[in-house]
Amino acid sequence: MLRFVVRRLLQMAGVMIVLSFLIFAWLRSLPGGPVSAILGERATPATRAALEKAFGLDRPIWEQYLLFLDRIAHGNFGASIRVQAGTDALEIFLDRLPGTIELTIFALTIAISIGIPLGYLAARRRATILDNVSIIGSLVGVAVPVFFLAFLLKYVFAVQLGWLPVSGRQTPTIDATHITNFFILDGLITGEYDAAWDAFLHLILPGLALASIPFAIIFRITRASVLEVLDEDYVRTAEAKGLTSRVIRGRHVLRNAMLPVTTVIGLQVGSLLAGAVLTERVFSFRGVGDALAVASTERDYAVLQMLIIAAAAVYVIVNLLVDIAYAIIDPRVRTR
Amino acid sequence: MNLMSSKKERIDSLAASVAEVEVAEAGTVKDTGGESLIAGAWRRLRRNPIFLIGLTLTALFVLLAIISPWLAPWDPAAQPLIDKVERQSNPVPGPEPGHPLGGDNRGRDLLSRVLIGSQQTLVVGVVATLIGLSGGLVLGTVAGAFGGWADALVMRVVDVMLSIPGLLLAFSLAALAARPSQWTVIIAIAIVQIPIFARLLRGSMLAQRHSDHVLAARALGVRPSLIVMRHMLPNSMGPVIVQSTLVVATSIIDAAALSFLGLGNPDDRRPEWGQMLGASQQYLNEHPHLAFWPAGCIIVVALGFTLMGESLREALDPKTRR
Repeated sequence: MLRFVVRRLLQMAGVMIVLSFLIFAWLRSLPGGPVSAILGERATPATRAALEKAFGLDRPIWEQYLLFLDRIAHGNFGASIRVQAGTDALEIFLDRLPGTIELTIFALTIAISIGIPLGYLAARRRATILDNVSIIGSLVGVAVPVFFLAFLLKYVFAVQLGWLPVSGRQTPTIDATHITNFFILDGLITGEYDAAWDAFLHLILPGLALASIPFAIIFRITRASVLEVLDEDYVRTAEAKGLTSRVIRGRHVLRNAMLPVTTVIGLQVGSLLAGAVLTERVFSFRGVGDALAVASTERDYAVLQMLIIAAAAVYVIVNLLVDIAYAIIDPRVRTR
Repeated sequence: MNLMSSKKERIDSLAASVAEVEVAEAGTVKDTGGESLIAGAWRRLRRNPIFLIGLTLTALFVLLAIISPWLAPWDPAAQPLIDKVERQSNPVPGPEPGHPLGGDNRGRDLLSRVLIGSQQTLVVGVVATLIGLSGGLVLGTVAGAFGGWADALVMRVVDVMLSIPGLLLAFSLAALAARPSQWTVIIAIAIVQIPIFARLLRGSMLAQRHSDHVLAARALGVRPSLIVMRHMLPNSMGPVIVQSTLVVATSIIDAAALSFLGLGNPDDRRPEWGQMLGASQQYLNEHPHLAFWPAGCIIVVALGFTLMGESLREALDPKTRR
């Protein structure tokens, strides 16, 4: 087990090194170069020259790369020019992270609690109407652009029907104390239950839109996996032994079928990050995704750089954790 | 379902599944009456309603792209309704005789733009897929056919590219463009697909390196380059075709996402559905039809390609044939 973890850690280190080269190259090829990326396009030649010297842009390329690593290690990504002018990019990221975590957890919960039972039922009743309808439903889910689904939900349930809030993380007029910046948690800690409820209502529509991608994938993996397990010898053996179908379903089918599903759930983090950029933008939900969307539209490169590095790091680390979790659940993986 | 622990292994399992078919087909020549993989797949697909729906939607889309210049009543860049836009407080003209869908925010005929939009949408989907495919073809062939250090080098780069969420990679690539255009959009979307195709091809190449037909060719003294081109590549095409079909749908959707974020092509004289959808966002609450028409078209077309790709995948997968 330890050897497995060490090997995976080494692999991750390799990926991170190559990734840092790529991001460095990316940063250097941004329109206007790294100085414009930090100062913006309207910088005076004097400040440009000063910053170029400060960043060591007159030095050889490998030294610049080391300086770049040094700046990342110190969390120095420069100040935002558009998203929140003057604020440090790292600060913006930390300030907005809780919102995105809340939204992602909510979306993933919806996707799991609908995707797994539906996938299981569809597999048990293969080729029935339920099966076919849910398959086609999941394929339609893939074909609808996430941000359009978000538009649609917002238009119907917020603009036309007025059931749910149109945008934001919380009604601005509500009196709420923020301790952790997880608005629901804050409301629960301080006993301001109306503020927590209000924050929850703001999560529903973006959460549903965001859930559409992981839902389709979780549903299809569950269905395929249950179908495969139902075919296994040990299920037939269990039936032949005369075990009750409840025991067979719970202990033999479901538990084994869940192995690939757990992995896939972990891997949804990547698509959720990308999806959050789009859904948060539609609902002006103040999260990391919204910051990234604004940063790329307005070309706020300091923020964009910070968020891309953070996203890649989160994704790589989650991948590692998933692999380790998987090795704990399924010992066969360790020997590969 | 194999034990799939990451994106790259999912891709490998698709490559391997088709390699298995080839082995299985070789062993059961008599049983199927000498039917080839393609013929067998086609026989099953012909009766699959999901495939037929997908094929029909796709064919209609291509047909629309070809004949739309004759169908569209107006030039997509002309502004026949510009007076209304300027005179009224309402910036988006509604339907009226001669303009069944009304106009857009610049007084252009919406119906014509939706119809002509099929052309650029088809171009974006197909060209992005072709670029991704060619890039992946080169990298995957080099890695899979030569093995050794070439394989190790190519695959490290591919794995790193796969370690960034696809759409985020496309966003960051598109942000590099000083002046966004249709081409920067296509290239940003296409690059994201290269590692996927590369891994796919490498997988099925590796699976074939020790298979009988390659050994036989080698024993006959066929040149290695010829073995790769004539024997290994054609046999790897199954999963590549499946993937390409799905990628056309993804590319069209991703292009819409880039436009939505303002990273799309700013020149809208020749419309594209994703671009129209992205541009409609500021009018959504008052004029949702501006978004509904291009979005509906994207959904139908993406569904067509997805249905076709998924049923192709199933037809080529040996496990679903038992």
